[in-house]
Amino acid sequence: MTAGGTAAVGWSRLHPLSPVVRLGRGLLPLLVLGGLSSTQGRHNPATQEVIWIALAVFGVVFGVVHWLVTRWAFDGATLRIETGLLRRDAQQLPVARIQAVDLVQPFAARLLGLAELRIRVAGAKSAHHLSYLAEPVATDLRARLLAVHHGLDQSVPEPDEQPVAVIPTGRLLGAVLLSATTLGALVFVAALAVLSTVSTAAAAVVAGSLVVYLIGIGQGIWRRFNEQYQFTVALAPDGIRVRRGLLSTVSETIPVRRVQAVRQIEPLLWRAFGWCRLEVDLAGVPGHGRSGGGARLTKALLPVGPRHTATLLRQVVIGPIEPSLSGAPRRAHVKAPLSYHFLAAGHDRTMAVAVTGRVQRVSCWVPLEKAQSVRRVQGPVQRALQLATVHVDVAGRRVGAKFRDRAVDEADRLVEELAVLSRGARRRVSVDAGGGAAATPEASGGLVPATSPPVAAPGWFADPAGRHQARYFDGKDWTEHVADDGVTTVDRW
Amino acid sequence: MTSTRSTEWKPLSRTLMKMRLTEIAVVGVVLAVIAVVAAGSAGKPVAGAIAAGAVALCGVAAWWFVRNRFRAWGYVERDEDLEVRRGVMVQRLSVVPYGRMQFVEITAGPVERLFGLATVRLHTAAAASDARIPGLDPDEAARLRDRLAALGEAKAAGL
Repeated sequence: MTAGGTAAVGWSRLHPLSPVVRLGRGLLPLLVLGGLSSTQGRHNPATQEVIWIALAVFGVVFGVVHWLVTRWAFDGATLRIETGLLRRDAQQLPVARIQAVDLVQPFAARLLGLAELRIRVAGAKSAHHLSYLAEPVATDLRARLLAVHHGLDQSVPEPDEQPVAVIPTGRLLGAVLLSATTLGALVFVAALAVLSTVSTAAAAVVAGSLVVYLIGIGQGIWRRFNEQYQFTVALAPDGIRVRRGLLSTVSETIPVRRVQAVRQIEPLLWRAFGWCRLEVDLAGVPGHGRSGGGARLTKALLPVGPRHTATLLRQVVIGPIEPSLSGAPRRAHVKAPLSYHFLAAGHDRTMAVAVTGRVQRVSCWVPLEKAQSVRRVQGPVQRALQLATVHVDVAGRRVGAKFRDRAVDEADRLVEELAVLSRGARRRVSVDAGGGAAATPEASGGLVPATSPPVAAPGWFADPAGRHQARYFDGKDWTEHVADDGVTTVDRW
Repeated sequence: MTSTRSTEWKPLSRTLMKMRLTEIAVVGVVLAVIAVVAAGSAGKPVAGAIAAGAVALCGVAAWWFVRNRFRAWGYVERDEDLEVRRGVMVQRLSVVPYGRMQFVEITAGPVERLFGLATVRLHTAAAASDARIPGLDPDEAARLRDRLAALGEAKAAGL
């Protein structure tokens, strides 16, 4: 450790400008409120000014005090955040339990060169915030957190990344406009036009009540556009990096090992363009109490894009395994007339895949080592038709692959087979992790020699040779398996 | 389900049947008494008799339902996982590996305590994993809890 390392153990404050950003964000609704009251009120202008000054002073004092009492420190294994004047709140975030680290920049913070660090820890209900840090400090801290998380020395610089996809603005706009909500709005407007030919008064009444609804839709469209503008996906050894945002930008790093399930969603209107959405589920909050389970943490890997890009990303996350799918038996038509055309499922030694959906096609991939339990459910109609549904559950609420409406004998076999296979997969993973990545940070206090391999977890990464889009890393060495546009081939390392 | 498997299923405690029967009987008697008293005070004893008969019929139906439900419920402790099956109309079978267990919960409501019964519930990180075994004798519940906890520790796996 150099001087930088020892300094990191000491406490640091947030950026001195962070009260300004907080105040700025809180000021906007206040201004609107003030504007409204000044148009209506007949107050003495002097009283008005006094109220304004009081509010501003209160805001400044509050912000400065909050800044004064908040501090953070990172000692190489735990990130500590302390805040609160009256009720002191000390948070300790062990790096080994980090699920994801996001860098968020609201518009005002971006202007001032500040950024917020949002840290997701397994078992916590909400994200922990460090708002705001100077942008270089935030990126540096994120790189150090992730380096330690992956069992590397924290002085190792943030690894290089290879961009995979950028969503063009036109496509994003098209995808947002082609969603079901906008179509609903169009139907409403059309119905309104028809109504106005019959009775103008009735149309005006309906239009008046619909304005709120239309504003809501417009806001929704704007939010999606704002959030996913310039969506950029890149591969790096420490995970998949996502950058997005128009006014406020977000930069996320998704550790590939934490992915519980991958979902590919193809809405009806997008299928004409061959577009789909790719989402991953990270380990949710473990449940306590009667209902069990917890909130699920879903992140988009690709908000809208062609299938081959989605395939490539999926292979990076869960490997190039492609179990062959088989459809449900014909008699399932009776039980599921609206979704029969999509029903399919399959599995191999390490992966379960299930396709469901009525109007939009939803495919779900679950690595078997992540399976929490296997269930077989059979309703009365299914029993009459000799069908059953098999679920492979992963951590979180209502997450997992659903083998819908399989033949009964197949379902019975599936339950046994999936239980045995997931046990085997789990064992392989724990043997792999035993001497390697998972145990290292705790064992050595996060100070692993920098000579250790650059990547601890096996997986698909940007090809260091530069000849292909991705290459498989088996945990120790790069292998001959490579992938281009979702197609895997062999090329000697 | 093959025939060799069905012989292994452990049933729930017979006391649970007694408990359910008592619940049905108490609720049925209370409802019948209310019906008869109300009809008697209104001067329509025939209506009261019909109502009491309907309550009795419902009680029999409930009894039939509860009995089937009781018979459908069962569990097996296998080497690597716990299997729980339940349900009459919708039949469910859950296979929960011991290594996936987050915690074991034993609950006993007031009525259950009166009959000396307990419910064991196995929690995993998935909300859907549905491994609940009601109506166990306290000894069996405690044994199951200790065994599950020991196995869970021995075979624990990360998320």
